[in-house]
Amino acid sequence: MPGPTPDVDGDASSDDPGDGVRIDMISGARMEGLTGMEKIRLILDGVRDGNIVILEEGLSPDEESKLIEVTMTEISPDDFTGIEIETYPKAETGDQSFLDKLMGRKSAQKLTVIGPANRIETLHKDENLISTLVSRK
Amino acid sequence: MGLLTNLKDSISRVTDGLFAADEPKRIGIYGPPNAGKTTLANRIARDWTGDAVGPESHIPHETRRARRKENVEIERNGRKVTIDIVDTPGVTTKVDYKEFLDHDMEKDDAVRRSREATEGVAEAMHWLREDVDGVIYVLDSTNDPFTQVNTMLIGIIESQDLPALILANKTDLPGSDVQQIANAFPQHETIPLSALEGENMDEVYTKIAEYFG
Repeated sequence: MPGPTPDVDGDASSDDPGDGVRIDMISGARMEGLTGMEKIRLILDGVRDGNIVILEEGLSPDEESKLIEVTMTEISPDDFTGIEIETYPKAETGDQSFLDKLMGRKSAQKLTVIGPANRIETLHKDENLISTLVSRK
Repeated sequence: MGLLTNLKDSISRVTDGLFAADEPKRIGIYGPPNAGKTTLANRIARDWTGDAVGPESHIPHETRRARRKENVEIERNGRKVTIDIVDTPGVTTKVDYKEFLDHDMEKDDAVRRSREATEGVAEAMHWLREDVDGVIYVLDSTNDPFTQVNTMLIGIIESQDLPALILANKTDLPGSDVQQIANAFPQHETIPLSALEGENMDEVYTKIAEYFG
């Protein structure tokens, strides 16, 4: 029985999970070398294939903004209705260095769950727990 | 490369602020769908210019293009601020035309409305990164503010170092809970109001002059 391939960049059509739900858990190290648009493409390609994408370290606010923008341009009737995205609420952190603030660098280390809007539903969310219901296709 | 670009952007932001002090500030009115953004924009525009910005509706995504009302002069306590109000479409991560069918809309109209809505949200996000000098973030105080869109939008606004005023709208409705919004975003001041009834607009204008003047 074929298992899911670790190559999330590859052709997902060969990895049809059948009745199951495929979850791609992407490490911070995997995302680190990618540009903002490459990250967004990686996420949206996975989500448009019906997968749930979990990011170990999330996206920066600027990348989140572009993710919403690109998602909007890809929505089409009866095909793709957008994304559901959940992260823990932003903690009140004082861990940014002065240089980080000066250079506009923000800490983006927050687990993020992203899935197709028509397949993922948030049941509960608070500072410490995200509970989601994922439906099959 | 990234370091140099960031430094250049930071310096550019500072110099832009120094040399554009007399220009009208572009203030984007942001928030989720149906928070009352257009009602607020119309209230501000009517109070200070006599004109409206756009039509209001209970159907989500009535505003599908950013609308601007230029040179709105607000005077408060001897302080005058000139702003361009930009009323933006409600930000969301999903748009399904089928939701519009519940509002007695034909499929063709619903599909067209959803297409326009997605274009409008994309445009609003682009504006937020590139073209606004400050943000009025409007929330419906009868709804739970702890949504992902609100969390992300506030994070994006903060990352741009934009002055932001959070308004807890619809205080005229039963179930309004301003404190819930204040608790959700404790790093910002929350001002209660009813844009529809014009309640507490005096404080709103005082804060607009204070934040964006």
